[in-house]
Amino acid sequence: MQISFTLNGRPTTVEVEPATLVAELLREQLSLTGTHIGCDTSQCGACVVHLDGLPVKSCTLLVPALDGATLLTIEGLQGAPGSNRMHPMQEAFREHHGLQCGFCTPGMLMTAVALATEKPDLTEADVRHGLEGNICRCTGYQNIVVSVMAGAAAMNAAKGE
Amino acid sequence: MGNVIGIGASPKRKEDQRFLTGRGNYVSDIKRPGMTAGVFVRSPHGHAVLRGIDRSAALAAPGVIAVLTGADAAADKLGSLPCGWGISDAKGVPMKEPPFPMLAQGKVRFVGDMVAFVIAETPEQANAAAELLKIDYEVLPSVVGVLEAFRPGAPQLFDDVPNNICCDWELGDKAAVESAFRKAAHVAKLSLVNNRLIGNPMEPRAAIAEYEPGTDRFTLWTTSQFPHVVRFLMGALVLNIPQHKLRVVAPDVGGGFGVKQFHYGEEAVITWAAKRVMRPIKWVASRSEGYVSDRHGRDHVTEAELALDETGKFLAFRVNTLANMGGYLSTFGPNIPTNLYGPLLGGVYTTPAIYCNVKVVFTNTVPVDAYRGAGRPEATFVLERIVDVAASEMGIDRVEIRRRNMIPKEAYPYQTPVLVQYDSGDPMGCLDGALVAADVKNFGVRKSASASKGKFRGLGYSTYVEACGLAPSRFAGRLGARGGLYESATVRVHPTGQVTVMIGTHNHGQGHETTFAQIVSEKLGVAFENVDIVFGDTDRVQFGMGTYGSRSLVVGGAALSKATDKVVAKGKKIAAHLLEAAEVDIQFKSGKFSVAGTDRAKTFEEIAGAAYVPHDYPLEVLEPGLEEQAYYDPVNFTYPGGCHIAEVEVDPETGTVTLVNYTAVDDVGTVINPMIVEGQLHGGIVQGVGQALFENAVYDESSGQLLSGSLMDYCMPRADHMPMMKVATHSTLCTHTPMGVKGCGEVGTIGSPAAVINAVVDALSHLGVTHVDMPATPNRIWRLLQNASLPVAAE
Ligand code: FES
Ligand code: FES
Repeated sequence: MQISFTLNGRPTTVEVEPATLVAELLREQLSLTGTHIGCDTSQCGACVVHLDGLPVKSCTLLVPALDGATLLTIEGLQGAPGSNRMHPMQEAFREHHGLQCGFCTPGMLMTAVALATEKPDLTEADVRHGLEGNICRCTGYQNIVVSVMAGAAAMNAAKGE
Repeated sequence: MGNVIGIGASPKRKEDQRFLTGRGNYVSDIKRPGMTAGVFVRSPHGHAVLRGIDRSAALAAPGVIAVLTGADAAADKLGSLPCGWGISDAKGVPMKEPPFPMLAQGKVRFVGDMVAFVIAETPEQANAAAELLKIDYEVLPSVVGVLEAFRPGAPQLFDDVPNNICCDWELGDKAAVESAFRKAAHVAKLSLVNNRLIGNPMEPRAAIAEYEPGTDRFTLWTTSQFPHVVRFLMGALVLNIPQHKLRVVAPDVGGGFGVKQFHYGEEAVITWAAKRVMRPIKWVASRSEGYVSDRHGRDHVTEAELALDETGKFLAFRVNTLANMGGYLSTFGPNIPTNLYGPLLGGVYTTPAIYCNVKVVFTNTVPVDAYRGAGRPEATFVLERIVDVAASEMGIDRVEIRRRNMIPKEAYPYQTPVLVQYDSGDPMGCLDGALVAADVKNFGVRKSASASKGKFRGLGYSTYVEACGLAPSRFAGRLGARGGLYESATVRVHPTGQVTVMIGTHNHGQGHETTFAQIVSEKLGVAFENVDIVFGDTDRVQFGMGTYGSRSLVVGGAALSKATDKVVAKGKKIAAHLLEAAEVDIQFKSGKFSVAGTDRAKTFEEIAGAAYVPHDYPLEVLEPGLEEQAYYDPVNFTYPGGCHIAEVEVDPETGTVTLVNYTAVDDVGTVINPMIVEGQLHGGIVQGVGQALFENAVYDESSGQLLSGSLMDYCMPRADHMPMMKVATHSTLCTHTPMGVKGCGEVGTIGSPAAVINAVVDALSHLGVTHVDMPATPNRIWRLLQNASLPVAAE
């Protein structure tokens, strides 16, 4: 079947089997391999993308759900293609060593941006709770939590500008 | 021109840009032209005779290219998966080492044992065809626990391994220990279980193999911590592919923790199959597949006894352990519960006599091998738990009993009675630092506050040491290692003075691209951004043993440091010629070669330029070019250690243990990048907390089914399980590594389980609780509280 949607700001049309998962579509057909697959039980959050502005686990979402929708993946977080400026949340993760092997990172960033968008004055408890669906085996979460709080503050500051 | 960023600085990591923007290059991201998909068919039984496989229906299914089985591997005369360590018993009798075929032959020995490999055009087709294989199993009874495995009448995994015992290993002076026990004023006893763990790096294992008929070369992309070792083991010992015809690439790897430091059958099968089908093949494990095929960790049952005099001085320590090996010997399997366990039973104490017996046992479970810490967390857990038991039985404060037995800073180098000699350390300094950082002084206030909310609060200590930086080759060879354990680095200075380093360790989260660049920047005075680190490709990197056992900076960093010294030495010769001075008069500092006592100097870039455009150059005595290589084999292990203090709150209503505070003061030697070291400590601690409170791989006794086979059944630490940890370093320098580094990758995981469980026991001690096995789940604690049959309300 044919599905049309907006992918990272660009109108996109794909021809797919209806049973295809969004994570597979992105990785296999569209070669957007920044969305990772870390599990088969919707537990790890490595695959989180934004569907119409809300965080979803793309490993559990079937492609027909994309029809007419807006999808943002880690590759689109930075803004204009080709720009080297990172999103404030990406900058915060770099600044505060919020990543080690990088495998959970795209999902963490997408979840973090959604958390900060939804609640601008995030507390540490909010962040820890909000990251419950994202597993990181490397960092022990501490620097991720610090990064998300700093990233949220930077997003707020940017909004104020 | 950029800046020198050297030792002790915390620049932002070079690797982060690609990971933050979704541009990492993990194996599962790679596509090759004409690529096919491979799927492994695995045994659903813990133990069965494999009577036959009918593959006709699978072969006829759409898109199927081939179906390979153990019979095909046998027909092609492929080798068994090799074990890298051979241990022996006290009489020198070598361990039992049954073959480990890459695809099962005759029998399957654990749920997940590989039976067939299906190759098709797409993963969906391969999976569908796999369902059509008719496999005739004669199911046998399984045995999964170590205690059961060597009881008379237990199911036997191998005909020639009586009682499933692989090796009955021992270490230490048994007679001296016995005589010390006879003189003891007090003997503390403890039985415990070290729970079985699954490493679960977030990136599942994956591999792609390709054969190029034009050059007769194979390429394997694999999620590995040690590509050169895979090339050697697989090429030389399993598939009989000459080393120069085999390239192994481990690109970005999403965490390892030991799980990816073995040569797996999947790697061998896919490489062999790629030539048979003349197409590239890709296999990516699902998480569930990882649970039944990634090597597991720990799984000990232990009885320990500590003999003390009337003042609480340790006289002798005796430990009997049963260690689970699973169904076959994995790459490092038998080394972990023996050589990496027994020698650490001295801990930071002056215990004069130690004896350790380890029975290494086969069971119908996934092979057990190294997982972050590997042997050392198990040793630390036994020792630090029994110290607490002894303290409470003798009525001595837990900190005081530790102080009375600790090796004083001045006593280093310290020879233990169990092989190892610690070169440096200051356990007392770490303890003192941690007591202050954890605000132990005011613990009583916090405990009362908890009690007023109906909660039990407890504090737990772990003062520990570990041995890492694997390893001195000669020493390891005496203990049974079948390979060397050095490391290598090449420093390639380009004509313009920028530097590319080829190093044999592998970066999968540890930040090597940053830390190693700092070393080069400092030593050569080159801007940090002008240094790149290359790893993970046997065609690009000369050789290497890879990353495990906290060895990368200790051994690899030392090789790198030596190679930069050689660059400077050659640079001085070139400078002496250009500056018309004697070589002894040339000094190298801050990126400049100068004649001592003059202002005549050449920059590092000018020297590099001269080396590659050798017009004015001593060609008669010196080769052009500026590229140096060094191999480094350490003279000893390194011995990081420290003090961890955990504080927990137990809710008696639910049995839930909440970790409320965590403090670690660790001695990791010289710190190159404090930000990265802190990150390693955080991650390590949380993995140890996971073992103590949440994680447990559970098998069904009779069927051999893994009951905790998904992220829903195997509880991993999440962000809301942890408080903000306080970590700090209190370093003494390693006396034998070039930069004084000791390694920091595993300390967190080694120190933490004992600290957490000691805190849980402390919280419940007023109820008569003296030990809690890991993981301290709400269910386990709640039952314990019911059995304590004491009023459950807090005092
Ligand atoms: S891959 Fe989607 S939650 Fe794990
Ligand atoms: S950085 Fe490796 S899993 Fe999070």
